[in-house]
Amino acid sequence: MAEEIKAGCARPTGGPVGEKPEAKKETTQPAPVKEVKSMVTVGKKAPDFTAPAYQNGKFINVKLSDYLGKWVVLCFYPGDFTFV
Amino acid sequence: MSVDSVFVHKMWNDHELSKMVKGGVPFPMLSDGGGKVGDVFGVYLQDAGVEARGRFIIDPDGIIQGFEVLTPPVGRNVMESIRQIQAFQHVRKTKGAEATPSGWKPGKTTLKPGPDLVGKVWEVWQTKMAFDD
Repeated sequence: MAEEIKAGCARPTGGPVGEKPEAKKETTQPAPVKEVKSMVTVGKKAPDFTAPAYQNGKFINVKLSDYLGKWVVLCFYPGDFTFV
Repeated sequence: MSVDSVFVHKMWNDHELSKMVKGGVPFPMLSDGGGKVGDVFGVYLQDAGVEARGRFIIDPDGIIQGFEVLTPPVGRNVMESIRQIQAFQHVRKTKGAEATPSGWKPGKTTLKPGPDLVGKVWEVWQTKMAFDD
């Protein structure tokens, strides 16, 4: 039976279950080195980006570098309708 | 910015947020499907597939002056963000001649770093000034 999910601030996620699909045949090529994740640094330029957005009833495209000359507060959050 | 689509942003704004904020959210609600931008800023949580509560203050030159990152269940303090922006704006206005000590707010004492201030901060600033009156 389906089990009830407790609603929290992290969005519930799923994933594959059971036995792992047969691993691909090993090749002689070395696995690509995973890039080391890092945080941005204070005092350094913010990485530029574009992103679709919703504002005042319109869908728009926003580019960070269009805001040069202004102070910007960029906020990330876990998801819409996630309570906090 | 979150990993939600702009369509979900519209629904959230129109059906919930606009009931809490008159006229709805005034600034752009950005969509970051797949967390590509969040990844670059270091706030994308790969296992959960969402972004942490990251907040970045970016100055008019595009330089990141400060950031704060919280896990999902704890909300931010908006007044503290505003205080930090006011402090960064003050420092910028004085071209770095003044620095803002702990707990600084507009109107409170600033420090003027230089040879004469070395070892003398205690004469011009007391720890109680770090706290609200």
